[in-house]
Amino acid sequence: MPYRMTIEQTVFTFADLKDLLAKATPERSGDQLAGVAAHGPVERLAAQMALADLPLRTFLNEEVISSDDDDVSRLIADQHDAAAFAPIASLTVGEFREWLLKPETGQRALEAITFGVTPEMVAAVSKIMRLQDLIAVAAKREVVTRFRSTIGLTGRLSTRNQPNHPTDDSRGIAASAIDGLLMGSGDAVIGVNPATDSVEDYVRIVSLLDELRERLAIPTQTCCLGHVTTAIRAMEAGAPVDLVFQSVAGSQKANQGFGIDLAMLKEAHDAGRSLRRAPADGNIMYFETGQGAALSANAHFGVDQQTMETRAYAVARAFDPLLVNTVVGFIGPEYLFNGKQIIRAGLEDHFCGKLLGLPMGVDVCYTNHADADQEDMDALLTLLCAANVNFVITVPGADDIMLNYQSLAHHDAVYCRETLKRPPAPEFERWLQEIGLTNGAGALVGAPPKLTHYLAHTQTVGA
Amino acid sequence: MADSIATPRQNPGIDLTQMTDARVALGRFGAGMPTRASQAFLLDHARARQAVWSTVDTDRLAKGLGGHGCETVIVDSQAQDRSTYIRRPDLGRLLSHASAERLTALGTGYDVAIVIADGLSSTAVELNAIPLAAGLMSRFASLHMALSPVIVARQARVALSDPVGEALRARIVVMLIGERPGLSASDSIGVYITHQPKAGTPDSSRNCISNVREGGLAIPQALDSIVALVTAIRQTGISGVGLKDAVAALR
Repeated sequence: MPYRMTIEQTVFTFADLKDLLAKATPERSGDQLAGVAAHGPVERLAAQMALADLPLRTFLNEEVISSDDDDVSRLIADQHDAAAFAPIASLTVGEFREWLLKPETGQRALEAITFGVTPEMVAAVSKIMRLQDLIAVAAKREVVTRFRSTIGLTGRLSTRNQPNHPTDDSRGIAASAIDGLLMGSGDAVIGVNPATDSVEDYVRIVSLLDELRERLAIPTQTCCLGHVTTAIRAMEAGAPVDLVFQSVAGSQKANQGFGIDLAMLKEAHDAGRSLRRAPADGNIMYFETGQGAALSANAHFGVDQQTMETRAYAVARAFDPLLVNTVVGFIGPEYLFNGKQIIRAGLEDHFCGKLLGLPMGVDVCYTNHADADQEDMDALLTLLCAANVNFVITVPGADDIMLNYQSLAHHDAVYCRETLKRPPAPEFERWLQEIGLTNGAGALVGAPPKLTHYLAHTQTVGA
Repeated sequence: MADSIATPRQNPGIDLTQMTDARVALGRFGAGMPTRASQAFLLDHARARQAVWSTVDTDRLAKGLGGHGCETVIVDSQAQDRSTYIRRPDLGRLLSHASAERLTALGTGYDVAIVIADGLSSTAVELNAIPLAAGLMSRFASLHMALSPVIVARQARVALSDPVGEALRARIVVMLIGERPGLSASDSIGVYITHQPKAGTPDSSRNCISNVREGGLAIPQALDSIVALVTAIRQTGISGVGLKDAVAALR
């Protein structure tokens, strides 16, 4: 069904819901590459005005990708809870924005609509919200998850310590992990992106991380971010797998591009659960997403990249994950051109994920061919802390030598703790003090021999 | 020098810097990196950005190749400037109409066409393209292959190999392209070899050698690898992931 908006006698027409959503999306290179973006700021505003007038119910009647062809669309329809939708059922998208912003709408009200909203509703309202709106609402929506640490409590910030190495060298990984721990990073997870995807390497990596965690008694989780099929085989082989990881996207075809389907994720989730490493009510899945993933697999079906990203969250929330993060600037400038586009996308993804009930983190990052730098990352990190982001990713000196991109430095986590007053997960905060890294005020003070000498005594690493 | 609150390197533990090339044990002042570490990072990033955003001096390149007795022809993709090139990888894979006509006029019957492409690092091209291309021309000539002039392609992606190869009706295209710079190296050339290039060739049908630079895969070794691959492709009539099996089947 076409949608129309008239501004001073000029009629703007939008062919259908996905066209309206795409044209209403704040400017970004990926939508221009896909040929779905508005042709200028006035058409974009016309689309945003038409979108603001659209009843939320419209999204229950018109799919952007047909359920007949797509299992993510079917999942979205199945997840929708009419009773949870009731408090907002009469609202337009514009009124929904106002409802989200008003002070009477607090944590309880936001939590109550988690399965009343669909990804497309959340994407739609985000398109007519400025950065401050996205921050203000997200900051009210606490999403807490648990394994050995409790992640997402308001006023705290967790970190993924990402000790990648170009050849997955055991000593290199361990040295990098220790470097991060010395800076207080790693309460969300100590997680390695493997350079290879063999079961043997996966088992070696999770084993060395598990030994590190056990011997230092760190209240955190470890993860090798290999493919789920590799994780399943490693678990069958008896490997110590805390978190099962997978990249996910917003359409069945895009997920096929990742070599997965929903049944495979369920199998991996069940296998991870059966290890009983987490508490019974704990969370054991870890997902990464990112705007542009569907387009890069030519699996976006003419839907804008931010709406496709939000649809990936339907996949993630089907498995009660411990951690979800958008890898926001990793994909490159043909999807998010510059610092401004990366900053907005990071805050959109965080807001949309939180509203859909996800324990949302962000990999605050960029590549060398994007028009972005460390100062853009400073801005995004500070804004995300204001928005109460669950976790961010940190690497030595902001330089990931395996994936060849810039994420945050462990130093940046120190800035959040000491300047923005965001302590880590309570269990990890206690551990930092007990082992002698921090003082009573939470400030980093030392380099305890237990950590600095770890590599002299470890078995797995063979130092 | 001011006292750093924590400089792990000065602690009596294991030296982490011996175990990884990651920027470990930097030390800190509050949350800030020491000035030297901070500026070392900025310099690496500045080099990488310069490699991406500067343009190749094609006249100098042509003159340099001329000194080795190599003729050159300069072509453009449909991405008209650097900013468009970065945003629109699709345009970097298409040949401009004028360039297509120029190549068609060069005639046909070539066994190999060598293409030098700026890609995402003009630095890589300026440092490494001339010795690589000249070395390949001389090695291929001694193997009695019919060679087209060296094609220098501006604002080009890997898949520009296909329209260039089609216009020349070349049997094999060897593209030397500037790779996306990392912080540790911004001067790497990637080499992509395609048999019977045509529009829509999947990347799985190309053979790739990456990280050709001083400190990576050195030029003499890269030349050996490229010549070996081209020879194998000529023997089997196939390039890409299937090449290894095809070579094994011949033996």
